[in-house]
Amino acid sequence: MKLTLSWLRDHLDTTATVPELASALTDLGLEVESIRDPASALKPFTIAKVLDAQPHPNADKLRVCRVETAQGIQQIVCGAPNARAGITVVLASPGTYVPGIDTTIGVGTIRGVESFGMMASERELELSDEHNGIIELPSGEVGQSFADWLATHDPARVDPVIEIKITPNRPDALGLRGIARDLAARGLGTLKPLPEITVQGTFDTPPVTLDPSLDGGCPLFATRLIRGVRNGPSPDWLQARLRAIGLRPISLLVDVTNFFTFDLNRPLHVFDADRLAGNLTVRPARDGETLQALDGKTYTLTPGQMVIADATGPQSLAGIMGGEPTGVTDATTNVLVESALWDPIRVAATGRAQKITSDARYRFERGVDPAFAEEGLDRAVAMILHHAGGEPSHRATAGTVPDTARAYRFDPDRLKSLVGLDLPADDQRRILEDLGFRVESDRAHVPSWRPDIQGDADIVEEVARVASLTRLQGVPLASPAIPRPVLTPAQARLNRARRTMASLGYNECVTYAFIDRPAATLFGGGDDARRIGNPIASDLSDLRPSLLPGLLRAAARNQARGFQDLALFEASESFTGGEPGQQRAEVTGLLIGRAQSKGVHAPARAQDAFDAKADLDALLATLNAPQKLQLRRDGAPWWHPGRHGVLTLGPKTVVAEFGEIHPRILKALDVKGPAVAFTLWPDAIPQPRSTTRARPRLETSDLQAVERDFAFVVDARTESQALVQAAQGADKALIAEVRVFDAFQGGTLPEGQKSLALTVRLQPKTATLTDAEIEQTSAKIIDKVSKATGATLRT
Amino acid sequence: MDELRDKYLGAVASASDEAALEEVRLAALGKKGEIALRMRELGTMPPDQRMATAPALNALRDEVAAAVAARKAALQDAALDERLRAEWLDVSLPPRPRRAGTIHPITQVTDEVTQIFAALGYAVAEGPQVEDDWHNFDALNIAPEHPARQEHDTFYMARSEGDNRPPHVLRTHTSPVQIRAMMGQGAPLRVICPGRVFRADYDQTHSPMFHQVEGLAIDRAITMANLKWTLEEFLKAFFEVPTVDLRFRASHFPFTEPSAEVDIRCSWEGGTLKLGEGDSWLEILGSGMVHPKVLTAGGIDPTEWQGFAFGMGIDRLAMLKYGIPDLRAFFESDLRWLRHYGFGALEVPTLAGGV
Repeated sequence: MKLTLSWLRDHLDTTATVPELASALTDLGLEVESIRDPASALKPFTIAKVLDAQPHPNADKLRVCRVETAQGIQQIVCGAPNARAGITVVLASPGTYVPGIDTTIGVGTIRGVESFGMMASERELELSDEHNGIIELPSGEVGQSFADWLATHDPARVDPVIEIKITPNRPDALGLRGIARDLAARGLGTLKPLPEITVQGTFDTPPVTLDPSLDGGCPLFATRLIRGVRNGPSPDWLQARLRAIGLRPISLLVDVTNFFTFDLNRPLHVFDADRLAGNLTVRPARDGETLQALDGKTYTLTPGQMVIADATGPQSLAGIMGGEPTGVTDATTNVLVESALWDPIRVAATGRAQKITSDARYRFERGVDPAFAEEGLDRAVAMILHHAGGEPSHRATAGTVPDTARAYRFDPDRLKSLVGLDLPADDQRRILEDLGFRVESDRAHVPSWRPDIQGDADIVEEVARVASLTRLQGVPLASPAIPRPVLTPAQARLNRARRTMASLGYNECVTYAFIDRPAATLFGGGDDARRIGNPIASDLSDLRPSLLPGLLRAAARNQARGFQDLALFEASESFTGGEPGQQRAEVTGLLIGRAQSKGVHAPARAQDAFDAKADLDALLATLNAPQKLQLRRDGAPWWHPGRHGVLTLGPKTVVAEFGEIHPRILKALDVKGPAVAFTLWPDAIPQPRSTTRARPRLETSDLQAVERDFAFVVDARTESQALVQAAQGADKALIAEVRVFDAFQGGTLPEGQKSLALTVRLQPKTATLTDAEIEQTSAKIIDKVSKATGATLRT
Repeated sequence: MDELRDKYLGAVASASDEAALEEVRLAALGKKGEIALRMRELGTMPPDQRMATAPALNALRDEVAAAVAARKAALQDAALDERLRAEWLDVSLPPRPRRAGTIHPITQVTDEVTQIFAALGYAVAEGPQVEDDWHNFDALNIAPEHPARQEHDTFYMARSEGDNRPPHVLRTHTSPVQIRAMMGQGAPLRVICPGRVFRADYDQTHSPMFHQVEGLAIDRAITMANLKWTLEEFLKAFFEVPTVDLRFRASHFPFTEPSAEVDIRCSWEGGTLKLGEGDSWLEILGSGMVHPKVLTAGGIDPTEWQGFAFGMGIDRLAMLKYGIPDLRAFFESDLRWLRHYGFGALEVPTLAGGV
């Protein structure tokens, strides 16, 4: 919403400056977005007089002028056809910035003749589009500021323009008067009464029918016909105002409707009565009806969209835009002026469906003042009569003004108890009355132009807003002396997971929750349930089923930038479906490139599944995962089929997966592999049942532990965990630890066999082990391992 | 006796290595060493002679043993010095590489905010990122046709054929978490709701996904003045400045009444943001007193309880505090960016150590 200072002063008697007004507006909730003061851009320009103008020796269209300026007589080369002796002009002396051409004028030589400045056109000063010649002023003294001259002789040209962001709850502030009312309530002036008008109708207006099936869509439709108007350009003041707020003046009849839209938040429409066929009906559109609208486009209407139709069909889309064929032209002599009320919801729905934005729609969907519809019509008609003459009809009103009367509790104590502001009750009442409320004892009656006031709290808000929230002083709220922990165990655990990952050398990423469909599909997503209906881009179309694709895409981008060794992680949610709650926390780590880059200490080594497994184990340990996780090999298809593992708790609960990413997946995502990764679902790890902080007793033994090594030869596809478990089973009480310390294939080993070497640690609890006992246990271990896995002791 | 003494002390002194020294020791003090044998003879001596000889012999034994030990230490020292003279490392070589991980600024700032609000008694509430339109809009007093609903640039989930429910949305704010917290926990209540939110908007300063933290405090006599104090305390702690100057400006949010935009006094001198001084105002968050209809939707009786709510961008807080210029870069996972703007694993924000 734009307004100019002079326009505001039509409604507000004030001596406040533009900065004062602007800061008050922002404080009132009418946030000033910009202030444009044309005078400030014109400050360096001064008035000068052309003494004589001679033809340029080297150019037909240029003249060499001698100009009397504040700095004495200067030579200026000028190309304007009207540059001649005796005219009063606007001068940009060297060093002046000229906004219209975005240039700072210097001393120049034009076709061999020196020039000391420029005489400006209106366009060069951004005063208008006029560029047929330089400005000629009817008066003015040499050296006088051009801005000052304009302020005296043509103030509209230097009228400051303020642009305000109007929140959706304040339709009343979409008119200058509403803004003036807020400022008056704040104490920045007094609201002027609207001028008295009388419109004496002399004949009846053709009747308008409201189709009953509209069902409240058009509570009121008021019209007056004016015969014998002379349409044409609006008066200069009106044109200047419209231009100042960014509207193009068209003709008096159209300009008047725009003026009322912005002045009093009263959108209107004018029909050329002679171009209408028969009487008007307000009705829902029929399927397939069309309207050629004032924006030059033709719209195909759907049933239910409200139209104003004559005998031939729709002539206006209700509350949104009129039709071209029945619009007014310069030739219009009989004009039908319409002022209506429309159901905001239906106007909004139609406007959205037809993708039309207009000043009328913007206002009707927020809510105009229902009590002002008829008065607004009369005022517009009076203005047309004043400027264009004509003879008006009686006002015809179809429908009635809806009753919006309501009152809420006005309790001056609430300002203190809800907001925390002190203000005497009388001042509070005065604020409400200035805003148009009628206060009767403890009831505040809401003015018809404030549809947003819907409860007691709104009354408090109005008072607080006008009294100014800047007066609020902070008041402490009692807080715990020593704060208690507030994170849930799951939240604390996820935090710990993140810090652990970073300490393991991973860089945390935050990637989008939505990814492209091909990537989603590769990772088990890409279904309709997880599809976004209105994605902003095709690569952000589906909820991610896993964090891996996002990290792999990130890896590909980093590889393209020349970073080959990557350790990335993300701890966030992935989606199992499209319903609320179908999401779960996930921690995913991705390793690509070298675990150890080439260097002086060791040869380079590529990341492998065991790098991922090591980090996963470290993470599981920090999250207090149970020791006894089972390992399976039946993970998701994006893992390398032979080089991955699935860790489960019991047979069903999958806690984590790790391994090498399938080469086909890497290829599809443009990642140069190999890549290894792991995914952990922290919520699959049960929270400890015990809440005690106390640790179990530390059990140690003073008796010497014994370690024995065993090397087995076994089928190459036997998992080492089978040997370890078998060895542990040999004597659960005595065997404290079984560790694989060597694994190799080839050499003297037969094809398809491998060697696995275990270290077994025996920890006696009651007496030092004898050699015989050690031998006995060793034999048992060998026996168990052989039976379980077919392994033979390597000799 | 003196002869013995000279002989062995001389031999100890001239032993050139530990082996030679050991030979001398054995010759003197070993089981069959000369001094040891002389001491064994003491047993056969008459008492008066033994009384005269024994002390001298003991002293000699101790003296030779001490000389051996001293010589041994000297020889070891010399050998070590010799070895160290040969040992030399090019310590300018790079060490074995060790990856340094980083924490993303979003995580860091979320931890900071959590830390501060925990001190004020706020728990952390969470909720789904895919929301039904009731929790995201209706419960927050945003009617289906209200222009405010259109201004949210909402992402809608696709609806399959035959599913005629209104489409779910990607939450446009974390306010639905407030509703869920009210419904789940009732009043009194203090929670913050950090998390991802989504708006269909992408340009220089907008990302389709960003992060918000909202706060909600409900009690019997909470006022907007308490809100102001809370925000002052938070901003002072978060930006680590002794004072802040906040400006409450009337505004409109459907879910609060009264509503206020909050600006913080700042200066941008030299291109860096300084809070608490200067003549500029930086819009930093939106806030207000919870609308009675929202309390009702959350199952809380608005005639008995009232409270405040506020919301701000985590990404934006991070940008302001740490001087990060571009929002979109937060989500690009550019390694250079992650390393430059990231935080060390152990830089865990604490009130004691600084947030």
